[in-house]
Order: sequence, then structure tokens, then C-alpha cells
Amino acid sequence: MVTRGFSGRKPPTDTDARIPPGQYLEQGFPVLSAGPTPRVRTEDWSFTLKHGPRPIKTWNWTEFNALPLTKMTRDIHCVTAWTKFDTAWQGVLVDDILADAGIEPPTAFTLALSFDGYTTNVPTQDLTAGKAMVALLYEGKPITPDHGGPARLLVPHLYFWKSAKWLNGLQFTERDEPGFWELRGYHIYGDPWREQRYTGDP
Amino acid sequence: MSDGPAAQSPWQTVTIARIEKRTPRVTSFFLQPSRPFAYRAGQHVDVRLTAPDGYQARRSYSIASAPEAGETIELAIERLDDGEVSPFFHDIAAVGDEVELRGPLGGHFVWSDSDGGPLLLVGGGSGVVPLMAMIRHRAARRSAVPAALVFSARVWDEVIFRDELIDLHNRRDGFDLVLALTREPARRPADYSRRVDAAMMEQSMLRLPAPPRFAFVCGSNAFVSAAAQALIDAGVPAGLIRTERYGV
Repeated sequence: MVTRGFSGRKPPTDTDARIPPGQYLEQGFPVLSAGPTPRVRTEDWSFTLKHGPRPIKTWNWTEFNALPLTKMTRDIHCVTAWTKFDTAWQGVLVDDILADAGIEPPTAFTLALSFDGYTTNVPTQDLTAGKAMVALLYEGKPITPDHGGPARLLVPHLYFWKSAKWLNGLQFTERDEPGFWELRGYHIYGDPWREQRYTGDP
Repeated sequence: MSDGPAAQSPWQTVTIARIEKRTPRVTSFFLQPSRPFAYRAGQHVDVRLTAPDGYQARRSYSIASAPEAGETIELAIERLDDGEVSPFFHDIAAVGDEVELRGPLGGHFVWSDSDGGPLLLVGGGSGVVPLMAMIRHRAARRSAVPAALVFSARVWDEVIFRDELIDLHNRRDGFDLVLALTREPARRPADYSRRVDAAMMEQSMLRLPAPPRFAFVCGSNAFVSAAAQALIDAGVPAGLIRTERYGV
């Protein structure tokens, strides 16, 4: 349906192919969260890998920062319709976390856990093979609290609510268990290229 | 709190039934859905516009009307000068025009009378919109849930829904309005002429008969960061505070 009088502001054609359907290009970096920004001190920070309720391994801030650091520059896509190009992160690949724990992924599904109680589910294969990291730096600097610092998940090929802020663990689950927003109307998977925004989107 | 998943809701065409200027920068658009549209106070909708060449733009807008308001859905849209969708609404959209709408959306920043209270609402600028839906819902239900709204605006004339809010406050039925003007002197005895802070939150909470059971904060990112921290500093547990932010 054409909207009378609307011409829109199309992005330059050379960037068209990088913008998923329904998204617009954002130059800033909007902040979204369901609650107040937690202030997590690195002294109090820890990260735990779990299989169900059972902890596999826990790292403190110093131990975690001693793991191999990888750079990842990616476009990110928020379900609220903004896309930001070339965001530059540095962190620990989920592959390297698993390697340090000495395990292969035990189940096909993972729940990301955050300090504020937020959760989000991601199929395990979307986290491995270099696809995702626990980011510690943004544009070369510590991630600010509003953007999820000290550490956040980065799963750039899915809508950004999957990239859980204030991350404190990854939990392998037997089934695909919906997380915070998935229980509140958002899509169980969230592929921006298929516009999987809300429950029931194909 | 009822946090069930949103039902699947495809796009539908809605007609602009009425347009009402609220402040110099905010105008309300009353949209008439083609299908019955049930929602909860605090939810939002996605609006989609399509250019003749097929290019589409979509944005989320909070619903300002109460679920009990009747057939039309009120969106109070602030004009963003560098925006793409809000200038269309402000400069071009006319009564009788059609746009596409999807929703209702959002299952977290919502409140119903049955959820209880007391309710502490903190809004900055157009962040008052989803809070207004809660306040109107409370009034429509003749709810006994105590509620206080701390509403920060730059100046008196930018207080969206000002007359209606003052009327509701004057009913003395458990709803209290506190205005915080950041660029003008306060005009009412209980109002402030400064940005929200912890002392203001503490004093506002004293207007409630008991500590808040729910706190909702909405506005720009900078506003929400400051207001949520002020609530925490005033003793509100972080887990009670729900936020909705916009802007960068």
C-alpha cells in the first residue's frame, strides 16, 4: 500500500545490500534495555559456563581477559528497525571459551544469562565457528555500562536483543528455551534478513 | 504481572480519523483500525509507510490512549527534525489518509489495574506517552491503585496532556502529578524547576501511601539513565524498575 505523500529517505544504493528489510541506517548507537543499567564492577564480575544447572567452569575478570582476544567488525541490526554499520568489537570467541573449558558443546541450545536477570536463547551452532563472542571492548575501549559493559554477548547475525548485555554466563539447555523477550512477544530465533521480529513471523 | 506472549499480529491498514496538536512539537494522531484492536496500557505499535517505488520505513510509537478509550488508537508523535517518519506525520498526513500498523507490541512495559500498585511513573518529554495510557486506564477503570507521575519537560507549554493531567490530579482520587520543568520556574506549589534527582524521587514517593510496587520510566536514553539511577538512589529496588528508552 503506497502512503500518500511519503517519499522516504532511501539509503545510498551502495549500502542497500547491507541493510535488511524494514531497517534504516543509524549513525548513533541507541541504547535499549528493559530496566536500569546495572553497574557491574570488574572486581565483582564473573562468567560461568553451565550445562543445565551444573556449572562447568567459572572465570573471573582477570582469568577471562587472559583468554585469546579476537577482533570482530560487523553490522548490527536492532529489532526496533535501526542498523549500524561496522561496529568494531574485541572479545573472546565462544569457541575459545569452550576450548579453555576443554569441552565440545554438550547440547544444541544455549541460554545467555545476564547480571540483571535478562536471558535470551540462541541455538548453539549460532555461537560457534567464529560467529559469536563475549565482547569486552567497543571501538578499542571498555564497553560502557549502557551498552552492556563490562562484557556482553555479540551475535551480530541475529537481531541485537540476542546480544545480551551484562553477560555473566552461557547455559547449555536440552531444549530451545525462550528467554526474556522471546517470552514477551519476540521471535524465538530473530534472523534480521528474514524479518523474524515477533512471535509468529515466518 | 501478565507477561504472556503477544499474539501474532499482521499488518493492517488504519485510517487517520482525527489530528490534534498537543504542544508545539507533539501532535496526536487518532487512528481507526480496520479490525478490532485490543491492547494493554504501555504497549506500542509499529507504523509502516511505503513510497511509490516500494521503499518502506517503519517506526515504533507508544499508544497514548487507554484500552477502554473506544475505537481509535491515539499516537502522540513528536516531530524529529532529522526524522523520516515523524516529519511525514507532522507535515503531510491528513484526516482520511491511510497508513499501515502492526501491533499491539511489547509485553514488559505494561500495566493493568489488576496488577495493583502503588505505581510510580517517571516520564521525560514524549516518554510520557505510554505512561499516559496507564494513567488513563487507571481513570477509566476508576482504579483505587495509588499512582504518582513525575513528568519532566523543558517548559510549561511542552507538558504534553497538561490540562488533562492537572484535571486528573485535581480529582484527588489517588493520582498525583508532579511536574519538573528544566528551563522555567515551577508554576504549581508541588512542582520543581530542575532535572529529576534522587531527592525529587524520595519526595514524590511520599505522595504514595506505600512504597511503589511498580516503577515505569520512559524517555530519552539520557533521561532514563538519570531517572532510573535517581530511583535506585532513592531506595527503589532495581528489579522493580521497568524502562523504555529512545534516541542515542
